[in-house]
Amino acid sequence: MLENEEIEEPTIKPVKEIFLTFFKSYSAVTGLIILIGIAVMGFIGPLFYPTDPFDMVWMPFSPPGTDGFLLGTDYLGRDILSQIINGARVSIAIGFSAALVSCFIGVGIGSFAGFYGGWVEETLMRLTEFFQVLPTLLFAMVIVALFGSSVLSITLAIGAVSWASVARITRSEFLRIKELDFVLASRASGSNNLALIFRVILPNAAAPIIVQSALLVGAAITFEAGLAFLGLSDPNVISWGQVIGSNRIYILDATYTVTIPGIAIFITVLAISLVGDGLNDALNPKLRSR
Amino acid sequence: MLLVLLVVVILNFLMLHLAPGDIADTIAQTMGGADEQDMAELRKQYGLDQPFFIQLFNYVVRVALLDFGQSHFYNLPVFDLIMERFPATLLLVFSAQILSLFVGILLGVYAAQNPNGLSSLFVNMFSLFGYAAPVFWTGILLLIAFSLHIPIFPVSGMRDITIESGNFFVHFFDVLKHLFLPMITLASIFFAYYSRLCRASMLEVLGADFVRTAKAKGLSKKNVLLKHALKNSLSPVITFAGLSFSAVVSGAILVETVYSWPGLGTLAFNSIISRDTPVLLGILIFSTLMVTVGNLLTDLTLKALDPRIKI
Repeated sequence: MLENEEIEEPTIKPVKEIFLTFFKSYSAVTGLIILIGIAVMGFIGPLFYPTDPFDMVWMPFSPPGTDGFLLGTDYLGRDILSQIINGARVSIAIGFSAALVSCFIGVGIGSFAGFYGGWVEETLMRLTEFFQVLPTLLFAMVIVALFGSSVLSITLAIGAVSWASVARITRSEFLRIKELDFVLASRASGSNNLALIFRVILPNAAAPIIVQSALLVGAAITFEAGLAFLGLSDPNVISWGQVIGSNRIYILDATYTVTIPGIAIFITVLAISLVGDGLNDALNPKLRSR
Repeated sequence: MLLVLLVVVILNFLMLHLAPGDIADTIAQTMGGADEQDMAELRKQYGLDQPFFIQLFNYVVRVALLDFGQSHFYNLPVFDLIMERFPATLLLVFSAQILSLFVGILLGVYAAQNPNGLSSLFVNMFSLFGYAAPVFWTGILLLIAFSLHIPIFPVSGMRDITIESGNFFVHFFDVLKHLFLPMITLASIFFAYYSRLCRASMLEVLGADFVRTAKAKGLSKKNVLLKHALKNSLSPVITFAGLSFSAVVSGAILVETVYSWPGLGTLAFNSIISRDTPVLLGILIFSTLMVTVGNLLTDLTLKALDPRIKI
């Protein structure tokens, strides 16, 4: 974030205070710890637990805890613990990068719409409304089905369909902030439009955008799980949703093959939501004073 | 509304155009390969040799005339396939939306009576659950619980094929029994959001002057609550429900797949497996239509609630 020393910033509090508020909240800290734990599990875990998630290592449908397989094996005799560990990496990576993509698109569209107004705003907000009406899952399904299912195409598809909320929030913040005195001062001192948008207004609009993006990470993770459940996942990497989807028809034999990956998704998204709530409390001065 | 549909159709065409491979490739693949000359002929037959904008124009006109092309897999017109399954999805989406609104508003009104009580906690917990639990997973859990372990509800489908004769009510209850679990699953994501909104907006309205006036002139508590407070606090809930329509349709796709509900979602799932792109594109157009109709209904409801609103 940029430092604007001469400019009085009305909404951003000193970073230290934000951190203090965030870390005072038990639920936010719990969420953060769980999230870091899951990320560590996904990125470093495979070093300590090297079983390949695609290897058929044991008899199919061994219940959790038997024969040395902590979470049991699936319908092909693959180790579920290894699938959970390796799936974490994919979920976290896709969740965060897809949210980043939607953040870029949403901030871009929302800031231009809010700053320029007139026909630019009209056109861009029409586009945003359109993406709110579109059934996003189906649209992403079409994109992935047409362009092939790789981690990249899935990430881009999720990012490309879920930016509407960010665009709306960014626009409304821009509409509010662009009328404030410090923007006028900055314009008078010769800043051009792009500088005004990205260096003067955007840093002051950051708080609600960050909170919304945190929610988008969770939504992107369930989104990816949904696509994978429907069979639209990268065949080269394991994904929690795909584990559920492929074991779904065997729930009579082994319910745990479906419940365990679901719990993994649930805990991850729950942790992100707790962090999001914490961020909201910490970044939003109006809420905090209540 | 028509504009939205037009944009979807154009977007469809753009994606088809940009995607690697075309119809000729797909047909050639299913025929087991074709030489250059046959390919050129196929492309000519499907108008793929014409300039971009003419192709686009042709595509839009075809869709406007309800010609969505032919399904490679079922070898039937896409439109017929979709129409056959559209009512089931419509039933699921609207019943789930109405159920979640009803339960959500009821809970919200109740929670607003004691803002820090158990019901408020319940509402907050459930909205967290609705956000974090993937809907297809909730569906599978309910399926395991209420179809396999405690077999109250059927596992899949929409009708019991063993029931052949019988009057309207027999069929009605049969469909209702099949609908119950999918509907609950789909509603479970949304009702907590609605009740949270309804609670907040009720709390705001309950502090307003006109509610005090209503109380002061001696109306019964029920009367004040339902006729004065609730009616004025519904708009944000209904507005949000309208915005959620596209999410409900997306959720329906997943829920249908879990319960093999014979609607557009199952069709979409099958067409992914069989790489049946025309069907998938047709479903996208139809579900967008469904969402826009849902939004229109929302606007009409809002207007009925508040005559000041102009459409």
